[in-house]
Amino acid sequence: MRFPVYTRFWSGLLLLSATGVYAEPASFPAHTLTLAASCAVCHGTNGHSATGFLSLAGMDAPTFVAKMQAYRTGSQAATVMHQHAKGLTEAEITALAEYFSVQPPQAVIEPQAQPLDLQHE
Amino acid sequence: MQRRDFIKQLAASGLIGMPWFEAHAAPAKKVQGRVVVIGAGYAGTTLAKYLRIWSGYGIEVVVIEQNTQFVSCPLSNLVLGGSRSINDLTFGYDLLQQHHGIQWVHDQVTHIDTTARKVTMRRGEMTYDRLVIAPGVDFNYSAWPEMQHAEAQRLVPHAWKAGPQTVNLRQQLESMPDGGVVVISIPKAPFRCPPGPYERTCQVALYLKQYKPKSKIIVLDANPDIVSKKALFLNAWKALYPGIVDYRPNSTVLHVNPVTREVETEFEHVKADVLNIIPPQRAGKPAQMAGLLNVDSNWCAVDFRSYASTIASEVHVLGDAVFSPQPKSAHIATSHAHVCANAIVAIMSGQEPDPEPVFANTCYSFVSDRMAVHVANVYRYDAEKKLMVTMDGGGLSDAPSDLEGTYAQSWARNIWSDALT
Ligand SMILES: Cc1cc2nc3c(=O)[nH]c(=O)nc-3n(C[C@H](O)[C@H](O)[C@H](O)COP(=O)(O)OP(=O)(O)OC[C@H]3O[C@@H](n4cnc5c(N)ncnc54)[C@H](O)[C@@H]3O)c2cc1C
Ligand code: HEC
Repeated sequence: MRFPVYTRFWSGLLLLSATGVYAEPASFPAHTLTLAASCAVCHGTNGHSATGFLSLAGMDAPTFVAKMQAYRTGSQAATVMHQHAKGLTEAEITALAEYFSVQPPQAVIEPQAQPLDLQHE
Repeated sequence: MQRRDFIKQLAASGLIGMPWFEAHAAPAKKVQGRVVVIGAGYAGTTLAKYLRIWSGYGIEVVVIEQNTQFVSCPLSNLVLGGSRSINDLTFGYDLLQQHHGIQWVHDQVTHIDTTARKVTMRRGEMTYDRLVIAPGVDFNYSAWPEMQHAEAQRLVPHAWKAGPQTVNLRQQLESMPDGGVVVISIPKAPFRCPPGPYERTCQVALYLKQYKPKSKIIVLDANPDIVSKKALFLNAWKALYPGIVDYRPNSTVLHVNPVTREVETEFEHVKADVLNIIPPQRAGKPAQMAGLLNVDSNWCAVDFRSYASTIASEVHVLGDAVFSPQPKSAHIATSHAHVCANAIVAIMSGQEPDPEPVFANTCYSFVSDRMAVHVANVYRYDAEKKLMVTMDGGGLSDAPSDLEGTYAQSWARNIWSDALT
């Protein structure tokens, strides 16, 4: 059995723990994990986007908060983010900023498309 | 090192004051037990993956899925328009299994005994500590006895589960002579993917405009009006496909002749060259087997903090099968899975689930091969209403754009990567 994605994740965390921050995947409250995961459909798993644009992983927290505030006030034009940013609390934005800022670099894995088996239900 | 020592060390380092650490909810010891997941669509795959990760790979997860491949409904309307092939939307489950140590059973569930906590399949049976049912929708043809045979459903495809049905509908469009009539019938809400039928209308219109310009589409909608993104779709039909789309509200199909492709509504008789009937829907068969359809005998009521059924608390229901005011979308299905995975980890380690989960939803729809529009909202649990309620600030695109088309394609690649690897 292989766990390629998460060996990389864990080794990143070992580095962090050496500097005193112990962060296992569940170190964030469930509330933040659920919310951050709901951003993944557009921004990629843990903020690592498959398409190379819109990655959030590793963005420093103050930049993240400033961007979200700009979407909330409308000072930054957007196709969709103003509609997402307005529904969140300040505390949620702070927690998400923290979450994405500590995500270590990670290669994105995409599933390979394949010919359809016509027996599919 | 013991967890207590860690906390001491963190206190000494001052880190304990960090906001995310204070709400630290990691299980004190490894969570154990077996969760069986029925159905590996958007909800089931996501649940299985995050249950493994968030339990620190402690909980044993077994997935039972009847198909060997995952075929994405999102983007499947583009197969009708011609800008995508079904083979672009079909994937294996191998990476998901390998990366997360998920046990996989390729079989069809035939019976569920929630008292004995036992699932029976065609080729075996299995017991569980907790069960997650993520079966998608089941099509309900009971209003039309003439549509109940497999042959009738081949002549009149639904194409509302992506796969051979999508290919069949595309082939029928290709074989239709120019000047033909395509009829698309839409059931009363709620159904899977509220903007989906109107996106489909755009995609079929795109094909006809290019290859069969004398043809038209009659949309027979059982609803009193367009269910989702109304102005955006009406404008798209007018601007991009003038004279092709004939939209008729309040048009429930009462009778179908699958051989001659004729339908009757309360008001009229319509003859089609290609007939696409999207049937009424209900929670998928495994949810029926467990006796969980307690809303209008069609959908499953759940506790939105855990997705536990209101009938059987150790059985969770996810995705399209759930009764809720939110749209039945792939994005929502994955959000159900995230809330449920967190709740199961909490419950199995003797803690309370998040009392106020929050998540986002966006549904993109393609109005042409390149341009898309969206509807987006944030939903938050309301303890008094016991529902996920819509936060202020959500909304729609101003107009279709190529930029949103690019974002929608990117959405698909990211959700596939998240759910399937
Ligand atoms: C044309 C179309 C376009 C769409 N476009 C979008 C879009 O752009 N964006 C979006 O967010 N959503 C879209 N949707 C909606 C989206 O596809 C669904 O909301 C989503 O698939 C729901 O996921 P689910 O896991 O609940 O069900 P499904 O994905 O249907 O998964 C259910 C799984 O359970 C399995 N199963 C069922 N019965 C059994 C059994 N007895 N034994 C074993 N396995 C079983 C099935 O084989 C299947 O794999 C679209 C839908 C359609 C039809
Ligand atoms: C439906 C897709 C979608 C979802 C879901 C989504 N985003 Fe975005 N996000 C975008 C797009 C598209 C942009 C670019 C701005 C725009 O057009 O709205 C963006 C931009 C951003 C940016 C600025 C990026 C930069 O480099 O400038 C941040 C920060 C961000 N999003 C955070 C989030 C968070 C946090 C969530 C989850 C709560 C989230 N997004 C959910 C689509 C999405």
